[in-house]
Amino acid sequence: MKYLDEYRDPVLARKLLAEIHRITTRPWTLMEVCGGQTHTIVKQGIDEALPEGVRMIHGPGCPVCVTPLEQVDKALAIAARPDVIFTSYGDMLRVPGSSTDLLALKARGADVRIVYSPLDAVRIALANPDRQVVFFAVGFETTAPANAKAVAEAARRGIDNFSVLVSHVLVPPAMTALLDSPSNQVQAFLAAGHVCAIMGWTEYEPIAATYRVPIVVTGFEPLDLLEGILMAIRQLEECRHEVENQYVRAVRREGVPLAQQQVLEVFEVGPRKWRGIGEIPASGYQLRERFARFDAERKFDVEAIRTNEHPACIAGAILTGDKTPLDCAAYGTLCSPQRPLGAPMVSSEGTCAAFFAAGRGLERGGSFSNAVPLAPIEAGAESPAEVSR
Amino acid sequence: MCLGIPGRITEIRDDGGLPMGKVDFGGVRKDACLAYIPEAVVGDFVIIHVGFAISLVDEVEALKTLEMLAAMGVIEPELATMGPGMSEPAVVSDDEPAGITS
Amino acid sequence: MTTTIDADGVACPAPIAQDERVILGHGSGGQLSNALMREVLAPALAAASDGSPLNDAAVVEIAGVRLAFTTDSFVVSPIRFPGGDIGELAVNGTINDLAMMGAVPVALSLGFIVEEGLPLEELRAITASAAAAAARAGARIVTGDTKVVGRGAADQLFVNTSGIGRIPDGVAPSAERAQPGDVVIVSGPIGLHGVAIMSVREGLEFEVEIASDTQGLGRLVEAIVAVEPDVHVLRDPTRGGLSSALNEIASVSRVGMVLDEPAIPIPGPVRAACEFLGLDPLHVANEGKLVAIVPGGTADAVLAAMRARPEGAEAARIGTVVADHPGMVTMRTIVGSERIVDMLVGEQLPRIC
Repeated sequence: MKYLDEYRDPVLARKLLAEIHRITTRPWTLMEVCGGQTHTIVKQGIDEALPEGVRMIHGPGCPVCVTPLEQVDKALAIAARPDVIFTSYGDMLRVPGSSTDLLALKARGADVRIVYSPLDAVRIALANPDRQVVFFAVGFETTAPANAKAVAEAARRGIDNFSVLVSHVLVPPAMTALLDSPSNQVQAFLAAGHVCAIMGWTEYEPIAATYRVPIVVTGFEPLDLLEGILMAIRQLEECRHEVENQYVRAVRREGVPLAQQQVLEVFEVGPRKWRGIGEIPASGYQLRERFARFDAERKFDVEAIRTNEHPACIAGAILTGDKTPLDCAAYGTLCSPQRPLGAPMVSSEGTCAAFFAAGRGLERGGSFSNAVPLAPIEAGAESPAEVSR
Repeated sequence: MCLGIPGRITEIRDDGGLPMGKVDFGGVRKDACLAYIPEAVVGDFVIIHVGFAISLVDEVEALKTLEMLAAMGVIEPELATMGPGMSEPAVVSDDEPAGITS
Repeated sequence: MTTTIDADGVACPAPIAQDERVILGHGSGGQLSNALMREVLAPALAAASDGSPLNDAAVVEIAGVRLAFTTDSFVVSPIRFPGGDIGELAVNGTINDLAMMGAVPVALSLGFIVEEGLPLEELRAITASAAAAAARAGARIVTGDTKVVGRGAADQLFVNTSGIGRIPDGVAPSAERAQPGDVVIVSGPIGLHGVAIMSVREGLEFEVEIASDTQGLGRLVEAIVAVEPDVHVLRDPTRGGLSSALNEIASVSRVGMVLDEPAIPIPGPVRAACEFLGLDPLHVANEGKLVAIVPGGTADAVLAAMRARPEGAEAARIGTVVADHPGMVTMRTIVGSERIVDMLVGEQLPRIC
């Protein structure tokens, strides 16, 4: 595939890796704030191949992961209604609410449908005028333009059986919340390439300046990540703290103004709860008052649902990078992709699922280590397939 | 929030007021909304996320990135890099053929 | 009034109670399917089974003759898809389950559960398709059954096929026979069937020049066995894809496997469709492919024999069986790290992130 395959060239990958090793003289801690980047890093073992001392912390970059339990419970309450067709992106279906998830609800007969694009949800509303169609509008700034367009289209065409359950979050406020935290260890960031394709990178310039952290806008293929890491480490080694763009083929400084305008026509910035972190002011989107008739929370009267998080789940600490899944007592035991406690284990991009899929920390007994080659299982031990379930 | 992949626009049409394009992703074809990239024309590559074009791929910049990477030299003729998570070094030399050597 | 739900009270000690009911993921061929077999079905069947490992088909010995016996149900939707229909899929599926035991298919049964309202012409066409597939494999459909259920009780048409075949002497492929030093061979490009189905599935439709690879593999297996009667394992990677099949074999044989990523044949459009949906090609279902695990010394001869047949024209060596990390399948990444190739957990969900 053009513009994908070229960025997976193994020879270039190893060249980049060698250059990273050559220029690194001290330990550094970096963070990527994007589920797709986490997926590539873990799947390709990029963090394991970095120089000793360079640590990648996986930040809260997965919108599925950071959707608070409360929003999932609201979704479940709405989807359970017989008059509702509940539409959603695929990965939200297995996110556990307090007592069940959308996939289980579907098994019990609820009309829950996966859609590829929010416009598909609008089409379903047009095709089913006697049902209420609700769309679970989850995502970062990358997805907001698509979700906004769906609402705008519904408004333009006078569709009254369509509404959205909004759970939008913004990246820069999350970064500053992390940087403000006393336990923050992150020294440089890889910024999410597609978030920046929409928003540009002007919002990150004051962050880099104020907190003195390099920020490199980075793509998603292995070569992109390696180059982004190289650029970040170079800045650290040279004591610079600027915003740089690795993902030059897709991102411009001003982003896509048309998309930004559409988003601001439909949404306004407001406070948002982040799973495990709590409420961060001005960190999410909510529908503007004049689009209130498309707000599923009001339409179905679920605004009053409040939920507390499960105590064994340390999703919050995982998402801020304070802990890794290997520090979690429930990882691999109580909590696994088959029986997820929290969203980082549900979404295949979530840190915990990515670790689990790569087999990190699943060797029997012994201490868990963040960067350990595969440990052989002793002969006579139970099949590791059993242990890892 | 990320899953955006590049594809080539093969057709553009109006769908009830929305500009829609047929996009070819290396053999998979799917419609996408081009409302945010109105300057795109047939033959352009765009990044598609949940059925919307969110960026026009700058082919010149893309080539520059790859050329720069290919030209990146390594000072020693053979430099072995080995992170703590690897069982053997990734050996890099300038005359390595493309593809994995192990 | 505020409704506060205390997650501790509701969810503790166990997380989501998925195992109270069957969910779609239990049928997807990955870890959940295994769990269903292991925790619910196998214990209940204990009195009637002989405890042998779960293979694609069973071996029943009658008066010194070894027969392979298998059954399979087909619930694919839609019932017509690029490259085939449920009739030929059902026959090929059972032919292949027999072939994976090294058996020459002899006879099949064909059972239909038809949803009221299905056009008769459709039923006729699918039955003809099934008959043609059986004839191509040199087997006969000798018995069958038809039931009709009310609208909504079956998704147009469900099909069950059972089959028997004769296993030649000296041939005994089985999931637990992979040994360190063996070579892992796949008979051709993967991911075709699953992508073909997904491309016509409601909600996800996309255009792609991919057709299902459904085909009978009986003749291909005969060619393999002619060159290496002692083929250790044969498996068709259907639901759950190549990674599930290899993981199961690694687990049952208590061996490890190391795969060579660039050697795994994945057609461009399959790769593209998987990128597009955020899926792993190794998890996507196949219908006309097999994995053969053979002693290292005969691998080249087996490959040559496979490539001489149309069903095996693109056969490729994709990895080796090792004594390290028993039960785990690994693959070297482009940066030189080794990653674990995991099994599918539940239903494959397209992702946005």
